Amino acid sequence: MADVSEGLRKQILNARKKDQKLNIVGGGSKNFMGRAADRHADTLSLAEHTGIVEYHPVELIMTVRAGTRITDIEAALSEEGQCLHFEPPCFGDGSTLGGTLACNLSGPARPWSGSVRDQVLGIRLLNGKGEHLRFGGQVMKNVAGYDVSRLQAGALGTLGAITEISLKVMPRPAASMTLVQDMAMDDVIRYMNQRAGESKPITGAAWVDGKVYLRLSGARSAVEATAEKWSGEVMEQGEAFWQQLQHLQHDFFTGDGPLWRFSIGSTAANPELDGPWLIDWAGSQRWYRGQADSARMESMARSAGGQVSLFRGGDRTDEVMHYQPEALQTIQKRLKESFDPDGLFNPGRLYSWL
Amino acid sequence: MTTRPGISKAELAEKFREFIDPDFVITDNETMKPYECDGMSMYCEMPLLVVLPETPAQVQRIMRLCNEHRVPVVARGAGTGLSAGAMPHREGVVLSLAKFNRILEVDPLARTARLQPGVRNLAISDEVARHGLYYGPDPSSQIACTIGGNVAENSGGVHCLKYGLTVHNILSVEMITAEGDRVVVGNDALDACGMDLLALMTGSEGLLGIVTEVKVKLLPKPEIAQVVMAGFDSVQKAGDAVGGIISAGIIPGGLEMMDGYAIVAADDFAQAGYPREAKALLLCEVDGTEEEVHEHIEQAEALFRKLGATSVRTSQSEEERALLWKGRKSAFPAVGRISPDYYCMDGTIPRRHLAHVLLEMEKMSEKFGLRVANVFHAGDGNLHPLILFDANVPGEFERTEAFGGSILNLCVEVGGCITGEHGVGVEKIRQMAVQFSDQELQQFHDLKAAFDPRGILNPGKGVPALRFCQEYRSLEYKQHNHDTVEVAHG
Repeated sequence: MADVSEGLRKQILNARKKDQKLNIVGGGSKNFMGRAADRHADTLSLAEHTGIVEYHPVELIMTVRAGTRITDIEAALSEEGQCLHFEPPCFGDGSTLGGTLACNLSGPARPWSGSVRDQVLGIRLLNGKGEHLRFGGQVMKNVAGYDVSRLQAGALGTLGAITEISLKVMPRPAASMTLVQDMAMDDVIRYMNQRAGESKPITGAAWVDGKVYLRLSGARSAVEATAEKWSGEVMEQGEAFWQQLQHLQHDFFTGDGPLWRFSIGSTAANPELDGPWLIDWAGSQRWYRGQADSARMESMARSAGGQVSLFRGGDRTDEVMHYQPEALQTIQKRLKESFDPDGLFNPGRLYSWL
Repeated sequence: MTTRPGISKAELAEKFREFIDPDFVITDNETMKPYECDGMSMYCEMPLLVVLPETPAQVQRIMRLCNEHRVPVVARGAGTGLSAGAMPHREGVVLSLAKFNRILEVDPLARTARLQPGVRNLAISDEVARHGLYYGPDPSSQIACTIGGNVAENSGGVHCLKYGLTVHNILSVEMITAEGDRVVVGNDALDACGMDLLALMTGSEGLLGIVTEVKVKLLPKPEIAQVVMAGFDSVQKAGDAVGGIISAGIIPGGLEMMDGYAIVAADDFAQAGYPREAKALLLCEVDGTEEEVHEHIEQAEALFRKLGATSVRTSQSEEERALLWKGRKSAFPAVGRISPDYYCMDGTIPRRHLAHVLLEMEKMSEKFGLRVANVFHAGDGNLHPLILFDANVPGEFERTEAFGGSILNLCVEVGGCITGEHGVGVEKIRQMAVQFSDQELQQFHDLKAAFDPRGILNPGKGVPALRFCQEYRSLEYKQHNHDTVEVAHG
């Protein structure tokens, strides 16, 4: 529970003087993500920059230092009957909120409860000039200035070190229930989207190994009444299933083979690639264990209205994120330069050209 | 800051007419007059000329020309904005997107709609209602305001605590950059690789690009919605009741508060049957499945009684629900009826400071000699104080502005912000210096330059020039200096 931002600021200023690159690291649980880290860079560690700065349960708002572990945040929220509605995936105990935002990671409830980016209200950020800046705020609605807070989602720390995050928290649902039934992959896309289009308390829709799983959460009466109406058997270990999915601990994810993430239109036909698939987010997030030509996969993802990235494993010296058109590359390079003129932070981590 | 344009009005108009229907390249003052302001009519400026393109390719050519000759470009939707964000630049072009008014595609299964930016907010929900769907954000101006403008302002509405703002309800935008490139940010999926440019574009007030297409998410219409109205004899009690609802784990579809002044004005106007003697009124709408709404409405009623409500009434029909909302939704025109003019503020505060802020506002009201009525998006902390004034009384608008400025300073002081949903535009540009440091403002300028190196997109709006900030900070609370802002956006 300490504010070490001044030390971090000095480290950045020193690095700037010596033209020393910096890899930003929180708990280190997501080191496998993005392109391989620069081996010659120093570590800028946020691990000690921890603690809940403010938490007002009645306001549904919490402000924490970026190095605070997700487990600690969830423990504090749980005492007040609240939770992180975006269900942050944690790859080990070390996962921090700062890393979760930088990687834009959200769990199975994402299509209904929003992503980590959706919940973020404000941040503090150390830019490449060692300036400690504050953007957004601690209120739900704030349109003063550009939304630099949400810009960080998915930037993998290339714009600066996030030091503090204010975010919206929500009440824990009073009841939850999971319905499971057999279904072929060809049928499941339409089924999940139809269910998602009903005004029912659905908060999860996933498919794996020939079975579709739907989660209902909210007021007990609504959950029970919906379970009565919808087909599928009530799953005893429902909660455990969603947790395995949230943290990528389901059997589907084991093994060292490459793990591809297709983030595509929810109704798109599944890309025709051999190998096992797991479908989440009612069709918007599809995981693929297999290997194919990456240009071919990108073209398939594009036809399906989205993108593909090499989430884990495989060759991490090559690009791991979907191709960006020239004009967007130019804008992102200039944005990077505006925050980090000397290119100190996470060089090449997001793209080879950034 | 732009330097002076390197092309004359006549030359520019001539070039536009090469690829745009000459009837839609407007250069005469009489036809340009309606474009001189947006919904914030106290701030006016005549543009160099107005152009109404019909295709993204035409917008590209306009941008390339204007970028080449350093001509400022102000994009404009329906002109309902409340911060003078679409006020013209006197040496620049107004680029109206009025002709981009088509709904291009609705996909009921995917629950998405692809829209041109000039499509009206309410027209989206009207179009998709037959599929049992609607578009979430519902700003008060939804009859007239356009989706392009909603993206520019990150518009909210009364349902945003539960259903989010524009940024939470769009999937992608196609835009033309200042340099004339046509790009798409976002896609049909729920996220895209890399930094979140879609979020950055949302709420950027026309300073980063011209939006030419928007893909929105649609929501299934709730089975049922009911509203509980509760009157309280103090603002503090009503504020506590809001906290009580949220602590009970209920997230209302809408949660609105009005003060005594607003209650009476709205009730006179709408005959909604509001408790006229109450000092504060809450409207708490719960939506969802029948079972859920029934369960939560019962809880809410009991809670309001326990927390000291002097009256509690729950809508028993759609008509009654509409009537209870009618008062709130017509609060602005209702107040307009009891005063020649009113000035609507838009600060947001942490809800726990509500009673303090309202009390301070009362003191300011006395000090400035101007009445103020309050309507409040209580769920999300967004205040809309309405300052009543008469523009025909010399000096009264200046006093109103100073009063408004003081309110915004107070919002920042208690940990809030100067604008929740109306945007900074020209109107609140001075208060940006209170909410942000020079380093932060400089970062904003640098960020803009990444999109718009020559500074041609809506110059002088949103982010103040640093050289005026120190001056404003030292002047704050004392007096307001109209010349400052004149110079700042000149």
